[in-house]
Amino acid sequence: MSGASSAVARRIEAHLARRRRWRAIEIVFWLAALGTILAFPSRAALINEIVIAGLFALSLDLILGLAGIVSLGQAAFLGVGAYAAAILASKDLGDPTLGLAVGALAAGALGFVTAPLLLRGADLARLMVTLGVSLMLGELANRSAWLTGGADGLNFSMSPVLGLFPIGFTGQRNAALYSFVVLFVLFALARRLRQSPFGLALAAIRENRLRAGALGIATGWRIVAIYTVSAAYAGAAGALLAQTTQIVSLDLFDFHRSADGLLMLIIGGAGYLYGGIIGAAMFIVLRDVISAATPEYWEFWIGLLLVALVLVGRERLRDIVLSRAALVWPKAAGRGAA
Amino acid sequence: MTARTSTLCVALAALLAASPALADDNSVTIGMILPMTGPSASTGKQEKAGAELYLQQHGDTVAGKTIVLAVKDDTGAADVTKRLAQDLVANDHAAALMGFGLTPLALAAAPIATEAKVPEIVTAAATASITEKSPFIVRTSFTLPQASAPMAQWALNNGVKKVVTIVTDYGPGVDAEKWFGETFEKGGGTIVERIRAPLKNPDFAPFLQRVADDKPDAVFVFVPSGFGSVFMKQFVERGLDKAGVKLIGTGDVTDDDQLADIGDAALGAVTAHHYSAAHDSPENKAFVAAFEKANAGMRPNFMAVAAYDGMDLVYRALEKTKGDASGPALLAAMKGMSWTSPRGPVSIDPETRDIVQNIYVRKVEKTDGALYNVEFATIPDVKDPYKAGKH
Repeated sequence: MSGASSAVARRIEAHLARRRRWRAIEIVFWLAALGTILAFPSRAALINEIVIAGLFALSLDLILGLAGIVSLGQAAFLGVGAYAAAILASKDLGDPTLGLAVGALAAGALGFVTAPLLLRGADLARLMVTLGVSLMLGELANRSAWLTGGADGLNFSMSPVLGLFPIGFTGQRNAALYSFVVLFVLFALARRLRQSPFGLALAAIRENRLRAGALGIATGWRIVAIYTVSAAYAGAAGALLAQTTQIVSLDLFDFHRSADGLLMLIIGGAGYLYGGIIGAAMFIVLRDVISAATPEYWEFWIGLLLVALVLVGRERLRDIVLSRAALVWPKAAGRGAA
Repeated sequence: MTARTSTLCVALAALLAASPALADDNSVTIGMILPMTGPSASTGKQEKAGAELYLQQHGDTVAGKTIVLAVKDDTGAADVTKRLAQDLVANDHAAALMGFGLTPLALAAAPIATEAKVPEIVTAAATASITEKSPFIVRTSFTLPQASAPMAQWALNNGVKKVVTIVTDYGPGVDAEKWFGETFEKGGGTIVERIRAPLKNPDFAPFLQRVADDKPDAVFVFVPSGFGSVFMKQFVERGLDKAGVKLIGTGDVTDDDQLADIGDAALGAVTAHHYSAAHDSPENKAFVAAFEKANAGMRPNFMAVAAYDGMDLVYRALEKTKGDASGPALLAAMKGMSWTSPRGPVSIDPETRDIVQNIYVRKVEKTDGALYNVEFATIPDVKDPYKAGKH
């Protein structure tokens, strides 16, 4: 009896260990991303925006993709992280890395406090609760003009990262690299999280919360935990955004920030963690190219693309790309989706 | 992770590399950053049309240089404004930045203007203090104190004694409230109540009820461009016009762009502003006719004329420097420049880099079947009182 169960445990452990290993294609992805920053110094500001939006979409993937929690209020955490970092910097307090940590912690704390609101009710109630929290925080930031600058926003200057790398107008590539390093570290953590027993429990909750509970998984605490982590990730994205652009304004709390994050995640695909980053890159590069050509109507083309993506189906698009790729590189294509 | 990812990476890299085509030596790029989508899209639309009209009328060549106008959409988000400004300066070598629909957006670009020594021509945002944030900021729109103080003076001279002010709660609104209130009280008037309405919630009904309870002679109002019609309609719905409360304000509330939508509710509103499409001058008649021809169904408002003048300022500066498009040279040429705009005579104050212009007192009337702000009094050469008070 015990021999059989330990054999099962060993098999599960081996399976998890296998999943934890970095695949060649993943290493290629990160090297290519790093290479892009180094190869296009003149586009560093745009790339920086992509990296930060990718981190923000990743934070959404943690709740939506891993645990199946829908949210329309992720901007609340983006805003809190950004304002925390900005206020710290405007008072000349410390290194950007400190601001980053404070931003992430502040947003995480807020996530922890508001997470219990998500435990009751279904998807629709969650959408309303998350949206409501972000609206309240936006108004709070507006009212606290003495601290946040109110509707005029807050301009500040940033000390160099670790005292060495300036990230202002003259250090745009440093800024992109700084954001990239943060994204990579947080991504690696999220990846590990997804493949841990905690991640598996989340997957069970996502598929059927009632059944997961019946299996003895404490679903409430796990939802609170992942929501807190996700909030901290969004806060880190906000802190990076504030530090690398050196301005914060109330639109950080806007609904469109949450919606754009969700869009990016849907474009790239939820649940496998890379989706948010890929979606962010596609969304922002397309927006940049299309809106340069037609600044008024770019939203139309993005909308059209989204409809096409949903109608044609991402799976079918992937199959087409895979079948082509299989002709030139059978091994990589054979590995399939993570 | 799939092979799709690598395909995408290659495609993205190609797009990144392909994006901005570098301008040649003889061209001068003007980067225009505007909210073309989002809640302030009407500002962006008017500004773009105004700037493009200037190009269309004057050609793209001045002092031997070819002018390239690059219009970018910042969606009204300050971090995007900043990124676009960086991109325009670093990659497109923009000789000047222009536009900026809201105060935080203008402030976002200020450090870049300073650091890169590139003139930032503010053609929309109207908080008085903006020009102090960088020595490279020049403004062709207006400032709220510039319009609010004359409005208070007019009210004092016309038997208005008790006023309630309603402003939108952000930089320009606070400016309008302060300068109207101070001028009005200094002249012996009374401000019964000062109401600030949130920027994000354009429902004025509860505030207007408070106005009705206060029974003032007049209500002074500032709302951002695009929000006027909601206010005017609710003002009439509450029956404040019939209760004998005068509506006065800066011209934002009876914006030319929206006057037709507001309808007869606007009749009789008295406002002080620097531009009306009904301004009686040959320059303005030609401007309005050309604008309406180029943009069917649109009437130019103060945003359009500010962008038109922004382009005019760049052209005149380039002529003066004989084609030298370096930032400090352009800035020096712009300081003290004076010309006749569709709105009347204007100049750039060499000390504050802000615009000096006539402020007109107007009343909404129906002429030829359409509503217009008809000017009936002129206060000539008004400097921004906020900065004038400091010097």
